[in-house]
Amino acid sequence: MALQRSDVEKIAHLARLGLNDSELPRITDALNSILGLVDQMQAVDTTGIEPLAHPLETTQRLRPDQVTESNQRDRYQAIAPMTENGLYLVPKVID
Amino acid sequence: MQWEVVIGLEIHTQLATQSKIFSGSATTFGSEPNTQASLVDLGMPGVLPVLNQEAVRMACMFGLAIDAEIGPRNVFARKNYFYPDLPKGYQISQMDLPIVGKGHLDIALEDGTIKRVGVTRAHLEEDAGKSLHEDFNGATGIDLNRAGTPLLEIVSEPDMRSAKEAVAYVKAIHALVRYLGICDGNMAEGSLRCDCNVSIRPKGQVEFGTRCEIKNVNSFRFIERAINSEIQRQIDLIEDGGKVVQETRLYDPNKDETRSMRSKEEANDYRYFPDPDLLPVVIEPAFLESVRASLPELPTQKVKRFQSQYALSAYDANVLASSREQAEYFEKVVSIGGDAKLAANWVMVELGSLLNKLGLEIDQSPVSAEQLGGMLLRISDNTISGKIAKVVFEKMAAGEGSADQIIEAEGLKQVTDSGAIEKVLDEVLAANAEQVEQYRAADEAKRGKMFGFFVGQAMKASKGKANPGQVNQLLKAKLEG
Amino acid sequence: MHQLSLAEIARGLADKSFSSQELTGALLSRIKQLDPQLNSFITVTEQQALDQARAADARRAAGENGALLGAPIAHKDLFCTNGVRTSCGSKMLDTFTAPYDATVVAKLAEAGMVTLGKTNMDEFAMGSANESSHYGAVKNPWNLEHVPGGSSGGSAAAVAARLLPVATGTDTGGSIRQPAALTNLTGLKPTYGRVSRWGMIAYASSLDQGGPMARTAEDCALLLQGMAGFDAKDSTCVDEPVPDYSASLGASLQGLRIGLPKEYFGAGLDPRIADLVHASVKELEKLGAVVKEISLPNMQHAIPAYYVIAPAEASSNLSRFDGVRFGHRCADPKDLTDLYERSRGEGFGVEVQRRIMVGAYALSAGYYDAYYLQAQKIRRLIKNDFMAAFHDVDVILGPTTPNPAWKLGSKVSDPVAAYLEDVYTITANLAGLPGLSMPAGFVDGLPVGVQLLAPYFQEGRLLNVAHQYQQVTDWHTRAPNGF
Repeated sequence: MALQRSDVEKIAHLARLGLNDSELPRITDALNSILGLVDQMQAVDTTGIEPLAHPLETTQRLRPDQVTESNQRDRYQAIAPMTENGLYLVPKVID
Repeated sequence: MQWEVVIGLEIHTQLATQSKIFSGSATTFGSEPNTQASLVDLGMPGVLPVLNQEAVRMACMFGLAIDAEIGPRNVFARKNYFYPDLPKGYQISQMDLPIVGKGHLDIALEDGTIKRVGVTRAHLEEDAGKSLHEDFNGATGIDLNRAGTPLLEIVSEPDMRSAKEAVAYVKAIHALVRYLGICDGNMAEGSLRCDCNVSIRPKGQVEFGTRCEIKNVNSFRFIERAINSEIQRQIDLIEDGGKVVQETRLYDPNKDETRSMRSKEEANDYRYFPDPDLLPVVIEPAFLESVRASLPELPTQKVKRFQSQYALSAYDANVLASSREQAEYFEKVVSIGGDAKLAANWVMVELGSLLNKLGLEIDQSPVSAEQLGGMLLRISDNTISGKIAKVVFEKMAAGEGSADQIIEAEGLKQVTDSGAIEKVLDEVLAANAEQVEQYRAADEAKRGKMFGFFVGQAMKASKGKANPGQVNQLLKAKLEG
Repeated sequence: MHQLSLAEIARGLADKSFSSQELTGALLSRIKQLDPQLNSFITVTEQQALDQARAADARRAAGENGALLGAPIAHKDLFCTNGVRTSCGSKMLDTFTAPYDATVVAKLAEAGMVTLGKTNMDEFAMGSANESSHYGAVKNPWNLEHVPGGSSGGSAAAVAARLLPVATGTDTGGSIRQPAALTNLTGLKPTYGRVSRWGMIAYASSLDQGGPMARTAEDCALLLQGMAGFDAKDSTCVDEPVPDYSASLGASLQGLRIGLPKEYFGAGLDPRIADLVHASVKELEKLGAVVKEISLPNMQHAIPAYYVIAPAEASSNLSRFDGVRFGHRCADPKDLTDLYERSRGEGFGVEVQRRIMVGAYALSAGYYDAYYLQAQKIRRLIKNDFMAAFHDVDVILGPTTPNPAWKLGSKVSDPVAAYLEDVYTITANLAGLPGLSMPAGFVDGLPVGVQLLAPYFQEGRLLNVAHQYQQVTDWHTRAPNGF
């Protein structure tokens, strides 16, 4: 089933992508053609096949519980768009 | 209509590791904003998480302590949503394969009964940062020091049937994580936070009602109040013909009410999927055995031991074992004072009300376990009576020294010399000759009451120091002899 | 001097035929002179390069003698470089000065390499033509009207045009091998986990792998030696010893079993490319290899599976670009949603937006099983195909791409047509296998590549086969006119 413009708007909001109304038809077509390609997958019988999330089936290495980092706030905030008193600023958040 | 309340809880406990779950930043509370936010915590482009071994060990300790199955292969997943305190736009959590599976916890209710509460699961995840809502010219400030602090989220079954039960469960979890040393339990600092899922249904109905989730309640008192006010809201709503809407709510302690959270209004689609930056965590049996061997005595084991070793009631044993500090205090008192029942009463009643009055925790008690034990020793060896002991206890609390010092300084030593007691009794009887006559003329039934009068007079005359047992015995002999 | 390979440079520096400063100066002026035609660099770090060259010369004067000491390199602009803009080819990161070095960058700097700059790329490595860069398309030095391939198109064009001998690339679905094929280079995508991903800005975490791009297999071996190895900062990096890649280059191919998957030679393949691939097989047979037809029956499902898995991971990986801590922030956001939607809407180009949306959709409630989970199952089928094939053969050989480099702009409006160009390369990423592309001839004056695949951690074998082939052929020595 092809995506409608409203579906695309919903997905764009989920991904927090502001799209212009004028772009919507073009991106809807593009997504539908990509999903058309992807949907070929549905014909494959994968009954009983375990999904593979990582190519190498190894296990997680654990790190010793040690503090290795020091305060680098000034350096890291030098590249931030907006800070004050060591805080990152965003438009007012309402709970 | 009779309503039944159904409560399930999600408790977030910050694990007491030195460093964060996926980075080497410190987890110290209260540092200057963003001074404990490393590249990884800030979600900088190109950074990667590496799992802290201690967080895994602590989660396993908890799982073993609630008799849960430990996932032999557990998987981290990404929970995707946008929020300014969530730097990567996703939280690393666990979804399908959590580290701790189904378990249970026994809690002591106020009526003395024990209730078993199911734990659905517990999983590891990273904490978010904090939004500071003080006004920065209409903006919100973001501090990411807390981002990446390890959390163990403990999800209960919907087994609780009242706010009081819910609080008892939270207290039991609180005690347990502190026993295990995996969380400092400091609720004021947010080390242990609780989301309460509350619904109601007509008594006898099997299906659950629609639930509301009260987010982030952070004290025992507020948990009870928040749940009760939410129960009342739901009852009022339904009885007025309305319907409960499934939503996230926030408790406002000032107004004692819950309100809908605007920021959570949108139905979220978290798009969980296995985090490709992390591999499955495999818990080897040998590792698990070493964790098991390192477990301290757990509250439930302690309760059983207190009952058998000290012949305490189930309720007393539960109360005393409810915190590791209180249990240790009690056992120290017993080791000095000897009489366990006496010690249990003093710790629970007198010490309990003193601490309550002062608003202190037991490890801040002005009366040490050594002091209390020393005083109980003087009750047992008849140096002081129970009544005088209360005076001594107050003076210990006021910092006037050990029981022995106070007894000596205040001359509170009990009089046990029969000659001296007889002398006092003779004086009392002489001063109350009329009552003595009446007593001797009265029948057995009336005598009981009148006897008390003479004991009272004798104790008063001795300034409370005469040994009450001896007073009784000698007085009886004199009146009836 | 610009014609020298990395191996030749190493020898020249060692016997003091020239200094690193001389070499660096010469290449920097060549970049200045020629790169305007190609647009292969986003940032040229001239001063830093001269400083590093001076330091390298000093280290050599003090007795140090590493193969990479004083040799030039450029990094694809998604490797974080401390103090230098790391743009990922995106407006989103146009102002992003990385506050740290990627492990690969740090290791190569430690070995004494001189970084000339950061190379152009498809935005966030999403593309196979290098046309989605915020900094403009890269031109193929073999024909300036054609694409160089992507996403490591800047590294490919720069090395092919002899602006420098080697560069780093990354490969998520073919982004090293495909541009290498289209520009007459040798490029290697190592086994997943062979090279640290710390500081490599993620596109699709379970598929991304950094690797070397050079004109010869010998140079790839030298550069990979400096890049590979365990890194405690990357949980997916494997703690396996790194063999001496240069040492195995000379091994004989006598008895080498080469598998030709019949699926690689079906419809869609330019027959002229098929002929060149078969010709390369003949050369290898002359060197003692034995050839056998094999089957990888699930190959046809690789593209659909890839275009679910990669966008799904990308949609999540790219959520951190929210205008709060770094990167583009829209002007005067009226509220939080506006901050997010406009910063991301303005900062990301159209191909990135498309893939983020495909990924978000594939993971969303109700579609996860049909898309993401199904793709991961197909991924296992593809891996199983390879495991079975490697029972019978030592390496798998086929074309790197179905077509030579296409004209700039010709596939921009049809994303799916461009996706199909990855058909031969994507399977190695899904399975995590090492793969190499080497020059094998020309079609209409445009280079053609042959791809070799090997079992896990057998990069040495791939380099050995390519090196032996390059001893008896001269395709890799050909330079584009004007460069």
